[in-house]
Amino acid sequence: MDFVEYAGKQILAAAGLAIPRGIHCTTAEDVVDAVRILGPSAIKAQVPIGKRGKAGGIKLVGDETEARSAAGQILGMSIGGYRVPSVLVEQKAAISREFYAAVMNDTAARQPLVLFSAEGGMDIEELAQSRPEAICRIAVDIEKGLDARQVGAALAAVDLGAQRDAVAELLVRLYEVYLQRDAELVEINPLAVLADGSLVALDCKFRIDDSAAFRQTEQLAQGTPEPRSELEARGAELGFKYIELDGEVGLLANGAGLTMTTMDVIAHCGGRAANFLEIGGDAYTKATPALELVLANPKVKSLVVNFCGAFARTDVMTQGVVDAWATLRPTVPVFFSIHGTGEEEAVAILQQHLGIEPYDRMEDAVQAAVEAAR
Amino acid sequence: MILRKQHSVLIQGITGRQGRFWSAKMQEYGTRIVGGVNPKQAGETCCDVPVFASAREAADELGGIDLSVMFIPPVSARDAAIDAIEAGVRQLVVLTEHIPAQDVMRIHAAARHHGTRIVGPNTAGIVTPGEAFAGIMPAFNRRVFMPGDIGVISRSGSLGTLICLNLVNAGFGQSAFLGIGGDPMLGTTTVEALRALQADERTRAIVIVGEIGGAMEEEAADALREVGKPVVSFIAGRASPPGKKMGHAGAIVMGDQGSYRSKRERLETGGAQVVDTPGQIADALRQALARA
Repeated sequence: MDFVEYAGKQILAAAGLAIPRGIHCTTAEDVVDAVRILGPSAIKAQVPIGKRGKAGGIKLVGDETEARSAAGQILGMSIGGYRVPSVLVEQKAAISREFYAAVMNDTAARQPLVLFSAEGGMDIEELAQSRPEAICRIAVDIEKGLDARQVGAALAAVDLGAQRDAVAELLVRLYEVYLQRDAELVEINPLAVLADGSLVALDCKFRIDDSAAFRQTEQLAQGTPEPRSELEARGAELGFKYIELDGEVGLLANGAGLTMTTMDVIAHCGGRAANFLEIGGDAYTKATPALELVLANPKVKSLVVNFCGAFARTDVMTQGVVDAWATLRPTVPVFFSIHGTGEEEAVAILQQHLGIEPYDRMEDAVQAAVEAAR
Repeated sequence: MILRKQHSVLIQGITGRQGRFWSAKMQEYGTRIVGGVNPKQAGETCCDVPVFASAREAADELGGIDLSVMFIPPVSARDAAIDAIEAGVRQLVVLTEHIPAQDVMRIHAAARHHGTRIVGPNTAGIVTPGEAFAGIMPAFNRRVFMPGDIGVISRSGSLGTLICLNLVNAGFGQSAFLGIGGDPMLGTTTVEALRALQADERTRAIVIVGEIGGAMEEEAADALREVGKPVVSFIAGRASPPGKKMGHAGAIVMGDQGSYRSKRERLETGGAQVVDTPGQIADALRQALARA
């Protein structure tokens, strides 16, 4: 789950990190009031994606008139599929240097990674390309944790001036925030050094691990879900991983790998998938609502059902499909391939209720579905 | 890495519905289950084996345990895994999906210190046809698994099942099926599974069933020359839109990193034959074996 800048900064502030003086606003009137209080400010669109500035989502204003105009432009605009619901009005600060600081999951190393650069402000991926030596990487042993001495040693060669101790302390705190909140990523870019030498988080990217929902429930409620179509929202409510696509061949399969492969074979046969939806794991008992979801997409012209059961019993899934068929009485042609656990029972259920024989090879079932959709 | 019939196996969470169902299937097939774990039912018997309060207690009582299979929900997966690791279990099959990433990191850190091999998380398990299996694979389905000389490495249980079925259809049996799992942080990577099959005398050729996301297939590609056995591969996710999580948390492409093209090119450069659909694997294997 991604967090907008404002929500992320609240988490940083609660952990004792300095953030600029700012006011979160949802209307142009509030923005004008905020600028009256704060003086010259930045008006920043609150959507959880990068490069907001380039998209016109960040404007610097000097007075209330400019504030009204900027608020009018930014509120409600669309950035990367998100409608901007609110802006953060932040007091302009006198900046002397810009650093970069982040903590993230290093999936290849299977441990946390702390990143720091004295050359903040720019896109970190660009910096990693052009000057990788400017980025300091600190691999953390999650059992031992991170202390200021370890950070100090790692940053020994970096020119940090009077901020050396403050940076080390900040990175340790940032790591603590990462641990406590089950973050996948917490990034401060830029981390500004103000004229008085203090460190302030000017921007913040924050992402919490969805799998940690059972212990981060309250925190996750402050996040911003990905933009979803109506059907995707319905899928999420039902607890499915459903992604709506542009094609015309609807598909239902069990397991992520098999579902992706079914999409690949649809493409290989010259068709296009209408959705991604898998009912693997415990979801295998929910074939009925899953099929209803697939068929609710008006673009679907044919359907391929591809089951290869290991944990997921194909007889249970096929019964679910047959039940949905009896209720919905859909007119789209459907093509099956069924193998694995419970296969014989599944084939019998299919023959008895729908009078259909499954294809032995999934490629043949997909080919037939692609042709039927033409 | 490869399970043998003499290996002693512990089932953590044996008394649950799935634990019980799959333990019975494993036993029927030939897996030597020596005990189970459930703190609330310690002292009882389940599936004809004693139930212990912890893996540590099981190890104390039974002696060394070769492998443990975890039927444990995400909330308690970390503690159960660390219990098994500290009990000296040599290999741990983590079936659980959706374990928080930081818990997965702690599991891997503990495994590093104790020298435990982790398979998974989010794996469907491992099968040695004709001998034993550990996990939730349909090893007992004779259309899917048959003793033979093809080693199969798969990130996905469902797709791995389909590929094994295609192999048996074409007359190929398997020396081992190694389900390595769909988590973004796996204990056993593709290249590590590849090394195990390289060392396995029964394995004559290898099928790598990969997926978009991460860099495991690329890493394995660079080791193919040393492996010295024919390798055929199918990579799932070619038609997946970029930037979207396709079910497996590990299957996400950002930019070109983890992309289908990158994996396919590297595998082909390494000498593997990469096919477009699962149905083409058997023919490709036949050709590769004829050339070898």
